[in-house]
Amino acid sequence: MTRTFIFQTALAATLATAGQAAAQSFYDGPFPQQGGEAIYKGICQGCHMPDGKGAVGAGAYPALGGDKRLQSGAYPAMVIVRGQKAMPPFANNFSDQQVADVVNYIRTHFGNAYADKVGPETVKALRPPPAAEQRPE
Amino acid sequence: MADDSSAPMTRRSLFTLIGVAAGGAVMLEAMSSLAYAGESGYQGPIQLSGDPKGTSVLILGAGLAGMCAAYELRKAGYKVQILEYNDRPGGRNWSLYGGDTYTELGGFTQTVGFDKGLYLNPGPWRIPHHHYAVLDYCKRLGVMLEPFTQVNYNAYVHSTKAFGGKPQRYRTVQADFNGYVAELLAKSVRQNSLDQAVTKEDREVLLTALRQWGALDKDWNYAKGVDSSGRRGWASDPGGGTTSVPIPSDPLAMSDLLQSGLWGAIGAGLGYEFQSTIFQPVGGMGMIGKAFGRQLDGVIRYGAKVTDIRQDDKGVTATFIDSKTGGPPQQARGDWCICTIPATVLGQTPINVGAPMKAAIDALYYDASLKVGLQFKRRFWEQDEQIYGGITYTDQPNGVIGYPNADMFSSGKGVLLGAYAFGGPAFEFAAMPPEERVARMVEYGANIHPQYKTEFDNGVAVAWHRVPWTLGCAGHWTEALRAQHYDNLAAMDGRIVLAGEHVSRIPAWQEGAILSALDTIRRLHQRVMAA
Repeated sequence: MTRTFIFQTALAATLATAGQAAAQSFYDGPFPQQGGEAIYKGICQGCHMPDGKGAVGAGAYPALGGDKRLQSGAYPAMVIVRGQKAMPPFANNFSDQQVADVVNYIRTHFGNAYADKVGPETVKALRPPPAAEQRPE
Repeated sequence: MADDSSAPMTRRSLFTLIGVAAGGAVMLEAMSSLAYAGESGYQGPIQLSGDPKGTSVLILGAGLAGMCAAYELRKAGYKVQILEYNDRPGGRNWSLYGGDTYTELGGFTQTVGFDKGLYLNPGPWRIPHHHYAVLDYCKRLGVMLEPFTQVNYNAYVHSTKAFGGKPQRYRTVQADFNGYVAELLAKSVRQNSLDQAVTKEDREVLLTALRQWGALDKDWNYAKGVDSSGRRGWASDPGGGTTSVPIPSDPLAMSDLLQSGLWGAIGAGLGYEFQSTIFQPVGGMGMIGKAFGRQLDGVIRYGAKVTDIRQDDKGVTATFIDSKTGGPPQQARGDWCICTIPATVLGQTPINVGAPMKAAIDALYYDASLKVGLQFKRRFWEQDEQIYGGITYTDQPNGVIGYPNADMFSSGKGVLLGAYAFGGPAFEFAAMPPEERVARMVEYGANIHPQYKTEFDNGVAVAWHRVPWTLGCAGHWTEALRAQHYDNLAAMDGRIVLAGEHVSRIPAWQEGAILSALDTIRRLHQRVMAA
């Protein structure tokens, strides 16, 4: 892994004191996984689960199969870079290519079979402005 | 003191210089004090005077916020009931013990194999001395506290990329870093390089201070000898009788130390939240939740998953189902509702509040975090390495190794905190099955303590994005989000008001949860009394 070397002493203290605002710059480095499958299995399945079916507890993570909103590849790309409710924004963690790759993976797995692909240029256009908070309003 | 216009600049310049030289640690201190110079604002036990005349309050969530609210409102004469998703009180105030079973989202189930009395705190694990509310409730509820060691000079700082991956004692890195900074600064002062910044009167005082602070020798050097070894320890300790000659140790080379980055690991104890003395409950953090739960016996309906929250002009009705078996919807009602359900979960729950509060709820996602508890057959960190409590810091993804701050010198097994990860690594670990998380932590730990390989017994891993009732560890506030949404999240919306760490300015801390609850019930009580 080639992540910026930073000790958690700094992170923990900023998390605790600065309301996490400053903490972002410490750990929002890029995820190392490349390719849709590696990214999905390395990150996304933490919540959406290995079978893509999501999970239900007091709250829920949505299933990725059979969700009509995935008909547009821009939708999952936007959710990934901007976040949505409980889903954190990952704009700082993924390159445009990584987002495109995992979107294309999701849209061709878990019962999805969309033929069209999303490219990095689509992702780039959906990213939040750099200075703005990563939340659409 | 006269307001000499040159004086403040002098001190500031000096501070800046030290800041540049000292880097992370001092910068951290400055950041912390800037961010939260204030105290928690706890004024002692809350007084809610006046008769609420049987007013009822429905509370959603039996974490510290919900239970604190119930405890105080009942005392003030309110009728209270709590709906709780879990089958235990406490929420994120939680300890896992041997025999406990924990099932995370996706159905991955772990049965904890720890020996009796040993535990992992998956959530909070320490209480600052200025978190007055938490400490006061511990006292009032009979929760015994003991010191939590934040800084252990004999624990390690570790980088896979420095000193051949060999962990260094915290003590040596701190002594050497301070020593070299003091030496450089002393040289500058003695060469009169800082005449603009330091007055003649201050010059000698500063030199004396630097010699003391940095353990410099008579020639103003930080060098091998009795002065430096008095801080970093000896190659051979002084003893008795014929073997008593102490042998000084060799400081790390300054360039090696700077390039190692290990100086970034010696600042944790400088932060306001971490300054000695801080505390932990005897027997696990979860003792606080249990104590509240005992007080509220009969008030809490466990295993209740809230599916709808609806207010009208007379009260609030929560619809819920059994969180394990489902079954027919049931309802609970109160004249008012205090909702402590995490924003991540509440955002998915139908609730008729106004658009501003709803937008605030939906704006907050929760951070990623991972904690792993590892049981070992013997307490080798104490027996072999003389590490009693405290924390080792590493650049590996596990982040830290936390040593138990209790049962020291016990000949039995021991449980280490094998990981406390945030951010990117925490997301990655959440994507692994629990047993793989544990296996990884054993690998990482073995690079610091080779004994891991032979002494490992069993482990348990809690990745907070897989926790079914929080979907993350704590609300992720930024300054911009606060400016936009915080007031709307905290404001009463008709008969509904929210509480919890996410409705506080001490996010992720239990103190925030309790202060939020106290502020909530104070406002609610005012409203009731005014009616």
